[in-house]
Amino acid sequence: MTSLPQPSEVKLGLVIDLDTCVGCHACVVACKGWNTENYGVPLSDQDAYGAEPSGSFLNRVHAYEAQPMDGGAAQTVHFPKSCLHCEDAPCVTVCPTGASFKRAEDGIVLVNEDDCMGCGLCAWACPYGARELDKAAGVMKKCTLCVDRIYNENLPEEDRVPACVRTCPAGARHFGDLGDEESDVSKLVAERDGMALMPELGTKPVNKYLPPRPKDQAREIDLLAPLLEPVSETPTGFLNWLDKVLEKV
Amino acid sequence: MHPAPSVIIFTVFSGLGFGMLAFLAMGFPDVYGLSAFVFFAIGYACAVGGLISSTFHLGNPKNAIKAFSQWRSSWLSREGICAVAALCVTGLYAIGKIFFSVDLAPLGWLAAALCIVTVFTTSMIYAQLATIPRWNHWNTPFLLLSLSLAGGALMTGQIRIAMIGFAVAAIAQILAWVMGDKRFAARGSTIETATGLGRIGAVRQFEPPHTGTNYLLSEMVHVVGRKHAMKLRVIGFVLAFVLPAVLLMISISHAMAVPVVISHIAGVLVLR
Amino acid sequence: MHKEPVLDTSPKVSDEIRKTTCYMCACRCGINVHMKDGEVAYIEGNRDHPVNKGVLCAKGSAGIMQVNAPSRLRAPLKRVGPRGSGEFEEISWDEALEIAADRLLMIRRNDPSKLAFFTGRDQSQSFTSFWAQNFGTPNYAAHGGFCSVNMAAAGIYTMGGAFWEFGQPDWDRTKMFMIFGVAEDHDSNPIKIGLGKLKARGAKVVGVNPIRTGYNAIADEWVGITPGTDGLFITALIHELMKAGKIDLHYLAQYTNAPVLIDGDPKSDTYGLFLRDKAGKELVIDRKTGKPAPFDKKGVRPDLNGQIRKAGISHVTVFHKMAELYLDPKNSADAVTEHCGIPAEQIKRLAAELAITAFEEEIRLKQKWTDFRGETHDEMIGRPVSFHAMRGISAHANGFQTCRLLHVLQIILGSVEVPGGFRFKPPYPKPIEAHPKPHCKVTPDTPLDGPHLGFTRGPEDLALCADGSPARIDKAFTWENPMSSHGLMHMVISNAYAGDPYKIDTLFFYMANMSWNSSMNTKAVIDMLTDTDETGEYVIPNIIYSDAYSSEMVAYADLVLPDTTYLERHDCISLLDRPICEAEAAADAIRWPVIEPDREVRGFQTVLIQLANKMGLPGFTSEDGSAKYQDYADYIVNHERKPGIGPLAGFRGNGDQAGRGAPNPDQLNKYIENGGFFLSHIPDEAQYYKPWNNAYQDWAVDMGIFDAPAPYLFQLYSEPMRKFQLAAEGVGERQPPEHLRDQVRERMQPLPIWYGSTDEIYPIHALTQRPMAMYHSWGTQNAWLRQIHGRNPLYLPTKIWEEKGFSEGDWARVTSPHGEIVVPVAHQAGLNDNTVWTWNAIGKRKGAWALAEDAPEATKGFLLNHLIHELLPPKGDGLRWANSDPITGQAAWFDLKVSIERVDPQDQVGPEFDAIQSPVGQGPKDLAWKVGA
Ligand SMILES: Nc1nc2c(c(=O)[nH]1)N[C@H]1C(S)=C(S)[C@@H](COP(=O)(O)OP(=O)(O)OC[C@H]3O[C@@H](n4cnc5c(=O)[nH]c(N)nc54)[C@H](O)[C@@H]3O)O[C@H]1N2
Ligand SMILES: Nc1nc2c(c(=O)[nH]1)N[C@H]1C(S)=C(S)[C@@H](COP(=O)(O)OP(=O)(O)OC[C@H]3O[C@@H](n4cnc5c(=O)[nH]c(N)nc54)[C@H](O)[C@@H]3O)O[C@H]1N2
Ligand code: SF4
Ligand code: SF4
Ligand code: SF4
Ligand code: SF4
Ligand code: SF4
Ligand SMILES: [Mo]
Repeated sequence: MTSLPQPSEVKLGLVIDLDTCVGCHACVVACKGWNTENYGVPLSDQDAYGAEPSGSFLNRVHAYEAQPMDGGAAQTVHFPKSCLHCEDAPCVTVCPTGASFKRAEDGIVLVNEDDCMGCGLCAWACPYGARELDKAAGVMKKCTLCVDRIYNENLPEEDRVPACVRTCPAGARHFGDLGDEESDVSKLVAERDGMALMPELGTKPVNKYLPPRPKDQAREIDLLAPLLEPVSETPTGFLNWLDKVLEKV
Repeated sequence: MHPAPSVIIFTVFSGLGFGMLAFLAMGFPDVYGLSAFVFFAIGYACAVGGLISSTFHLGNPKNAIKAFSQWRSSWLSREGICAVAALCVTGLYAIGKIFFSVDLAPLGWLAAALCIVTVFTTSMIYAQLATIPRWNHWNTPFLLLSLSLAGGALMTGQIRIAMIGFAVAAIAQILAWVMGDKRFAARGSTIETATGLGRIGAVRQFEPPHTGTNYLLSEMVHVVGRKHAMKLRVIGFVLAFVLPAVLLMISISHAMAVPVVISHIAGVLVLR
Repeated sequence: MHKEPVLDTSPKVSDEIRKTTCYMCACRCGINVHMKDGEVAYIEGNRDHPVNKGVLCAKGSAGIMQVNAPSRLRAPLKRVGPRGSGEFEEISWDEALEIAADRLLMIRRNDPSKLAFFTGRDQSQSFTSFWAQNFGTPNYAAHGGFCSVNMAAAGIYTMGGAFWEFGQPDWDRTKMFMIFGVAEDHDSNPIKIGLGKLKARGAKVVGVNPIRTGYNAIADEWVGITPGTDGLFITALIHELMKAGKIDLHYLAQYTNAPVLIDGDPKSDTYGLFLRDKAGKELVIDRKTGKPAPFDKKGVRPDLNGQIRKAGISHVTVFHKMAELYLDPKNSADAVTEHCGIPAEQIKRLAAELAITAFEEEIRLKQKWTDFRGETHDEMIGRPVSFHAMRGISAHANGFQTCRLLHVLQIILGSVEVPGGFRFKPPYPKPIEAHPKPHCKVTPDTPLDGPHLGFTRGPEDLALCADGSPARIDKAFTWENPMSSHGLMHMVISNAYAGDPYKIDTLFFYMANMSWNSSMNTKAVIDMLTDTDETGEYVIPNIIYSDAYSSEMVAYADLVLPDTTYLERHDCISLLDRPICEAEAAADAIRWPVIEPDREVRGFQTVLIQLANKMGLPGFTSEDGSAKYQDYADYIVNHERKPGIGPLAGFRGNGDQAGRGAPNPDQLNKYIENGGFFLSHIPDEAQYYKPWNNAYQDWAVDMGIFDAPAPYLFQLYSEPMRKFQLAAEGVGERQPPEHLRDQVRERMQPLPIWYGSTDEIYPIHALTQRPMAMYHSWGTQNAWLRQIHGRNPLYLPTKIWEEKGFSEGDWARVTSPHGEIVVPVAHQAGLNDNTVWTWNAIGKRKGAWALAEDAPEATKGFLLNHLIHELLPPKGDGLRWANSDPITGQAAWFDLKVSIERVDPQDQVGPEFDAIQSPVGQGPKDLAWKVGA
């Protein structure tokens, strides 16, 4: 319902590994494909073959550059963004029609297209730009966490995961219950110091991001220097060394 | 960020309209019969016109009726309900004044209250948006209310009140800018927090997700508005407050009202 | 209180799943095509498939937008307007085949070499070459020459196998992985899956690349090398490792030609060639006896530093020569650092990290195996450092030697075909001796004397006519590029236009956008295709082209043979061709019509068969003169290369035979039942050390990969190259023309060394990268993909950005010795200081691909190709040298150097081309796709 339910035990969401994401957009298109054919109206495209092509996508991959403070080389980070299924979801409470709602059982935030009047207020209320009004149908679109896959009895057990997770070639996307400390996703978040986006807004996103590991650093071994101690400076010297070694074997 | 034109027209005119109706309902000016009809008609035109225009930007208006359902949590829903109530009650009061030349004062006060509450609910739709620090503040209702009342007063010829109203609104507007700009920083939301990459260092966008455009870009990124923001602010301010004030000072005749009103409305539109 | 709506969380997904092979790119993943009411509803990866194991990339997932693209050709087209106008009339297949067959038959009767048949990134080369060979023209090749032949040839000449998609790191075991010059590669999904495994284990990934995006963005360490200098960087790594003695002496002695003796007699005709015994076996010194012995004698202990003195001449080993060459101080980290733009400290540290990982963190697998000398080992020793590289190092004029250098580095670390290292995929490893040589003997009305392409072993194998002139239109296998194993498709149009080495009648292209993104010097190529001689005839008289979509090239054909989309036809991904094997298993696969075409189109391979039948080509015709094959499916099942060996290895005989076996009429159905592919696992004891592992050699013979075991030594020192060099030194019958003598002598170094060039006027390197979500030109017609990459900026590094005072929204004029373009720019900090780049093949010609003429691809998208010439600028020696590798002829795309100046924002990129008329009209305005709703 449009007022938020009691926080659910189960908090289904995604954990996205920014250290592994190569920015291939596979998740973007798999999402487009599944959600065009499934939940609600198709994700439409305008001027599809023209000068200003645009369309609805529920997941888009951004790319940033971060400049390390120590003056090291700038780091490129590919950054997929979709609805974070916030626990305190402003997009839900602003909705006048009740179309926007957060599921009591698993915390998934959805739009009931039969009620949506397309006022766009929820998109304004979402700090993460995770909602897009479909131009053809005039209803609000957002990540459904593939609610029509994850419980779908018509799919084999192993395929009951979001389309984007199933397709990610690098395995950078993980799906699970972030309400359960014992779940794989929760463990990942704990191990890899997973983070929420814009915590200062108090929206309490369920989705978490695993930050890039430290880059451009030598593996710590101080024996390095002795390791590359030359056996000789000259080819001849080297060949003499070679004979000595070969004697031993 | 910047809302769609229809939304702007809506806030400006409905604000003006409800402000005007509020004064009329409180008996300023205390008119009856035909002149009452004219005044109320203008008030309704603005208020209802504003409301209707707000439905133009709906992607799926056939569901608009459902907007009344979520008054528990949604300011937009609440606004809808208040607006209807305000229009009905004011309607009854108006009928009294126009056809039966009676002034049902208590009803009037209720109507006025509803009108003002309606404007307040409207203002809260903006004020609640944490995403837009500039609006997400008590000053927003204050500004919209003062504007609406000043406008209402002006339209109903309550010059002195109008003058005060303008002064207050002007201050509120300046406050809004000053604090708005500050709050933007104060909120502490930056590209670094938005990406959590601040831990590495300074962050900049390298590539947009798509080269093609999308809803968010076309709906919310208001390029023109940004470019000449300052220029627009000055023009708007002059038209909305300074000019009307000046005009009002030099003459109090009704003839003057028209340009004043136009100037004011134009100004407020620009400001939005 | 408002109730939560009741959701159906188990909606029906589809009526049926059809499993076939993706062809949104050349990676060839397995796909599940979900069908609703007979229409494609959704495409996902096939979890059982060896290539992609269930995942799918952006292109693959967008397949539904491809098979429904408005740009699909609808019927055979006959040109009615002038070439390039795009004015065609649709004709029937009967008429189309008639026109083509008549002309081709005439050519075949008089002079088969008047046909030049070249194919693009297609996957039926064993079939198209079979057709061309039976036709009898010497002028056949695929696009490898402008793609990455350096990588393939260097790998095969050196190790009997290559990177590309022919090998892979041991993803599950490697602990340090260095990736050189890769943005995407053909193994798109396998590389991403592999990187994911490394990341999950926290193994170290090092990206060597001027540009920090994609794979290089997630690399733990980025080496922002100056383009063209990898060979130098690798030489320094070799130098530092050798100098420190951090090399695998046992591996070098046992499995490589490092201990092989070289003829040291300057006067002999075999100077610099290997010393051999009577049987022709390379000789080594056996440490046990101190005497020469054939390298493969049982129990021989080859001596890396062996020597023999005969008649006062001492003959030393390959390894001896390597020490002299690579230990030269000019190859040290300190000496190369400036040129490579990499700090000497970083080079030394990387060398050390390689050494530690390879030798301190060695892997020992408890797995018995027996080597080709008959010696049995209790365990498999692993060196967990692995490498991958692709066009970034190969698409340079020094690419062949750079690739060879990288293989030398892998080999001295003992990290090829060992646990944790680099592994071959069947049919590799395969020694040069097991590959064919080039053939070019033309006889009217007769097939060619053998396969067109192959691997030259020396001057005697060059494709030259009696008078020494090139036998092939592309001048492959000539002194200009003696080892051009993939041909030179990028030279075909300009040579045909110039009538050099001779004039031809018909250009027959398949699946290559030669008038646009796959040609250098695009504008000039367009002029060559449209130019007429004094009689008003086109200089290139006749052009036949097969495409499936309305590409830029279609407009330049006289006859267009419209192909089906990948979901509408039979294909086979064959072990005889570019297979989809894994290091652990041999695999092949098929495509089959999961939907029927709704247009007058035919699979191109079937069309070739129908042409062959009309012409009665041998190989396609049985003794009684009847056609052997009705269509491609028929060929796939019933064709036999050798008795029992056909295009598909799976389900032969009565369905239970693998590799060898009689044709099985039910074979295709078996494949379909099995998910569209076939897999045969390599036994555990044969998993590593394949080139020297008896168990593997026997398995390969059973599979029909070899007819007899073919163990061999890695060729650190390349004898074939030395033979060409020897000729340039004056030895032998076949001598290079004088103007090429020095080039051959300097470039055909049997031990790889780096060479490069510097240019002051055009100081900036200009590169392209494959976008992961776009496939060359053909992704653009895809309504979903073009929203991701609809235009492309030129990315500039901070140094240039600031020096030239660029700011957001600016454009730039980019100038090369050859041309100029005006394009939008953007800033990238993670980029080599002297390098600019853009995404490849985003720019499109107005009117192509069923797009609006003002599509961003044509107004804001651009190609670098206008700046690249197939010939180098004149050097004042009166000659024009090819912009190619002097060894293989590989197109040197990435040698491009430019200068840049800021210009104000424009609304049209330059050069601007006028629009071509679309033979298929323009696509619809909006899409709201849902089938079976
Ligand atoms: N500047 C620059 N230029 C480059 C490169 C670079 O790195 N930089 N890379 C070069 C390399 S390596 C390559 S391989 C080339 C690739 O360039 P091309 O060989 O031109 O490859 P594409 O443009 O992908 O496709 C060629 C044609 O195949 C058609 N096609 C697609 N599917 C089918 C089908 O099923 N049947 C038929 N008959 N036709 C089909 C497409 O419509 C297209 O017209 O580009 C080269 N050009
Ligand atoms: N998505 C997608 N996949 C594709 C294709 C596609 O079009 N789209 N095309 C397919 C084809 S035909 C091919 S040939 C392969 C090619 O796949 P890649 O080999 O990845 O070829 P490119 O995309 O040209 O990338 C060349 C890389 O080398 C880098 N580079 C350039 N010069 C140098 C250098 O001197 N040193 C180093 N270290 N790096 C350098 C560039 O920055 C770039 O990252 O991809 C295949 N796969
Ligand atoms: S599919 Fe995976 S790797 Fe590719 S962009 Fe999405 S998250 Fe990143
Ligand atoms: S991300 Fe945006 S749309 Fe999703 S729940 Fe949070 S606020 Fe709502
Ligand atoms: S757009 Fe739809 S879902 Fe969003 S607030 Fe308006 S009615 Fe609710
Ligand atoms: S979970 Fe489903 S809807 Fe959400 S982004 Fe992934 S694919 Fe799209
Ligand atoms: S990599 Fe992508 S496009 Fe290429 S075959 Fe695999 S799924 Fe298809
Ligand atoms: Mo290629």
